[in-house]
Amino acid sequence: MTIEAAAQAAYIVAALLFILALAGLSKHETAKAGNTFGIAGMALALLATVGLAVAGTLRPLDLALLLTAVVIGAAIGLYRAAKVEMTGMPELIALLHSFVGLAAVLVGWNGYLHVEAHLTGAEAVALDGLGVLGIHSAEVFIGVFIGAVTFTGSIVAYLKLSAKIKSSPLMLPGKNLLNLGALAVFAVLTTWFVVDPQLWLLVAVTVIALALGWHLVASIGGGDMPVVVSMLNSYSGWAAAAAGFLLENDLLIVTGALVGSSGAYLSYIMCKAMNRSFLSVIAGGFGIEAGPADDKEYGEHREITAEGVADLLAAASTVVITPGYGMAVAQAQYGVAELTRVLRDRGVDVRFGIHPVAGRLPGHMNVLLAEARVPYDIVLEMDEINDDLAGTSVVLVIGANDTVNPAATEDPSSPIAGMPVLKVWEAEDVIVFKRSMASGYAGVQNPLFFRENTAMLFGDAKDRVEDILRAVTERVGSR
Amino acid sequence: MVNIYRGVDVDIGVIRDPDPGERRVAATPATVAQLVKLGYQVVVEPGAGAAASFSDEAFAEAGATIGDPLTADIVFTINPPPASRLDALAPGTTLIGMLNPRLSPELVEELARRPITALSMDAVPRISRAQSLDVLSSMANIAGYRAVVEAAHAFGRFFTGQVTAAGKVPPAKVLVAGAGVAGLAAIGAAGSLGAVVRATDPRPEVADQVRSLGGEYLSVEAADVEVSATGYAKEMSDDYNERAARLYAEQASEVDIIITTALIPGRPAPRLITARMVAAMKAGSVIVDMAAANGGNVEGTVAGEVVVTANGVTIIGYTDLAGRLPAQASQLYGTNLVNLMKLMTPEKDGQLVLDFDDVVQRSITVVRDGELTWPPPAVSVSAAPVATAAPAAAPAPVKQRKPLPRLPLIGTAAAALFLLTALAPAALRGHLTVFALAIVIGYYVIGHVHHALHTPLMSVTNAISGIIVVGALLQLGHGGSLVTALSFVAILLASINVFGGFAVTRRMLAMFTRS
Repeated sequence: MTIEAAAQAAYIVAALLFILALAGLSKHETAKAGNTFGIAGMALALLATVGLAVAGTLRPLDLALLLTAVVIGAAIGLYRAAKVEMTGMPELIALLHSFVGLAAVLVGWNGYLHVEAHLTGAEAVALDGLGVLGIHSAEVFIGVFIGAVTFTGSIVAYLKLSAKIKSSPLMLPGKNLLNLGALAVFAVLTTWFVVDPQLWLLVAVTVIALALGWHLVASIGGGDMPVVVSMLNSYSGWAAAAAGFLLENDLLIVTGALVGSSGAYLSYIMCKAMNRSFLSVIAGGFGIEAGPADDKEYGEHREITAEGVADLLAAASTVVITPGYGMAVAQAQYGVAELTRVLRDRGVDVRFGIHPVAGRLPGHMNVLLAEARVPYDIVLEMDEINDDLAGTSVVLVIGANDTVNPAATEDPSSPIAGMPVLKVWEAEDVIVFKRSMASGYAGVQNPLFFRENTAMLFGDAKDRVEDILRAVTERVGSR
Repeated sequence: MVNIYRGVDVDIGVIRDPDPGERRVAATPATVAQLVKLGYQVVVEPGAGAAASFSDEAFAEAGATIGDPLTADIVFTINPPPASRLDALAPGTTLIGMLNPRLSPELVEELARRPITALSMDAVPRISRAQSLDVLSSMANIAGYRAVVEAAHAFGRFFTGQVTAAGKVPPAKVLVAGAGVAGLAAIGAAGSLGAVVRATDPRPEVADQVRSLGGEYLSVEAADVEVSATGYAKEMSDDYNERAARLYAEQASEVDIIITTALIPGRPAPRLITARMVAAMKAGSVIVDMAAANGGNVEGTVAGEVVVTANGVTIIGYTDLAGRLPAQASQLYGTNLVNLMKLMTPEKDGQLVLDFDDVVQRSITVVRDGELTWPPPAVSVSAAPVATAAPAAAPAPVKQRKPLPRLPLIGTAAAALFLLTALAPAALRGHLTVFALAIVIGYYVIGHVHHALHTPLMSVTNAISGIIVVGALLQLGHGGSLVTALSFVAILLASINVFGGFAVTRRMLAMFTRS
């Protein structure tokens, strides 16, 4: 058994382990096992590759460099993973995507420096002899392009998510033309590069791709970030797959394609949840719908006090809590979890209704609630809970806005028309936790706030939840 | 905008109704506290809340002073005060109460003779923004509830059905005519007592509201659908009335309780139940005519009285049903007034500002500084007519994205893949096969992912896409120092991804627990 054969075998096993990892992650019961499969697959792949490299031309100095890089990378990665707040998860994931993108760019450049830069070198001559030098050039080009788009796209997403830049969509004139133009230039340059691999072409495509990635994500509004993050996830997979083609490494191809297609499908699910066109997401031009709030008259909202909410909750038989990004911002999830526990101890049926795009990341709310130890079997998704809302005594809307907007189903002229929403207004009483009467991320006024069965509880969600908790426990204590 | 008072201290006076039959009061200790918060000083007439169980001490505790309310700058009342008391008002005073300007032109004249401002709470337009000020709704709600209580009091039987050792008791059957605010309150109250409730109303759009309260909606099968531009019911055509009469006659012989709530603003109440229908009712049945003050919906109603007909049917014609729950009615009325004050005190500084550009404030103003401003320009209610103007038209279908045409898309993809693979050199072909299969596997593996696990899934795929480290590893040691340096950076970055991604996934998954 040669070392190459052993490595190939290890790659196949690793690829299967990755598939098992993804499959495992789709259910709560198997999720932890899935993660372990992923780690095992990665360890196996790395060992095989290092073995392959050591058996090859790797010098001791290179090995030392390799280990140094891995150790530094691991240290940074583990540190960030241990330190990150669950509310900061979207930013971290976006940042990690950018690393994959940048790594893909570097791998692509290395491919060029290794082969095309020395057209008379041994490697280039060997490839030319097989008649695949042109294909190699194309692979370099494509890999660098996808990697660079992923890199800057993720950086912009990271900056937007961490509020380091404004999250409102960038509106350049003719932005769709810009995107299409960049793609067209890319196609032309690729052909050119295949025929005549010049260094400046590679520099040009890198710059164009970096600009395109920046523009794609910059023109998407902050409210659509969950889709963007999952889309970038997909891109990072395609970048890895492109690198796999470049290096003729099946493991990279398989893994990249797995990540790419699963990420794309995830984005597709999210698009459906928001009634957006999938194609326009990929094209990065779908943040345009966020129009300014209209001046339509909606009537007057009613306010309620935390004590009033406590009274309602004490008398309720069923309570549904629909959290949104505002809960994450206010760090109210612990109070909410405690309130849930107190109410459940009193025999109140408390459940959570999570809109698919609540938060800034798919499943963001679930992670936050899990962090606060809310049992996951009472955390339901929109389709599971929507029909039950009509029979619910009290709905607490905490920091959500667009995802509970009745205009989406009732007002065909609304910018968010057709987006499936949580029908909280069908419940007997709706309490909306909000800092002020400002409109939501989509910039659309929410008629829910002016419904007769809606009452507003203004202020910081965390403080208000704690006030309610205090009032509720006082009522329990006095009995 | 007119700033009515430029003085520093503005008082609100709450008067005691001279009519002993009026037990409500225009403020309660709770609403006084809110008024004080808005920057006003409140003067309550001695004994003003006594009939509604609010003592002078309670008012004082809430921040009011007990004294002469007529000297105040703003005077709160329930009913219009008699002329003698109006005379005592200082020039520039603002009088706020249920002045009923539509039906009492002589009062309007009387008010306009004085240099005062008069706001009528019962003229609040029925637009959603003004709901929190709408005293007619809040009073009707109470009255509807009380009507059921009065009926139950006069009715010699249970409302609810029971099977007992002493025999079976059928539930009472209640017919509510008119499903406005009062009617709906009555439906809810009667239903919660256990009665079988039916309701009629010329507006078919209320059927759902009736059902939501547990009532059964009886529709008069009429050709003409009524659309009211003011949000109130209006007078019906003859044909409709004939059919309605048949329905009422049918029901009268069957039900035990009839509660009528049909009122048309500014007109005598429509006659729904004739003497013949009353005569057809069972002995012991009860009718509550909530329109008694305006002439009554029932033939034989005497306003303010209870009469028993020859065949033993009790007709209750109380005109003060809301006032019979004085504490409750005062609280809601007082809150309506507080909401009006909030609207008219934009700075929360105790300075009343009358804004004639606001339709709500314009509509309720009967007299402004002695100048007659009644009747106000008509306000059309936007909600109801738009929704009912075209009842035949189906609700606009919710916009759904068209699914992409599947077959052509798959066909194109297949053709492209075929061409790509066929034209590719042998070395690439194997890779393309692997690539295509992996895409399909990725799609299916993710297909049924639980929504809650999207974030962990994403971070694990993220870690896995760090596999690009393998690529960088293989490049290390090939070529010059530049290649080595780039590889080094790539390995470092990808390692962050691999280790960070798996570690954070692990951390997240550890949090998911089942109850």
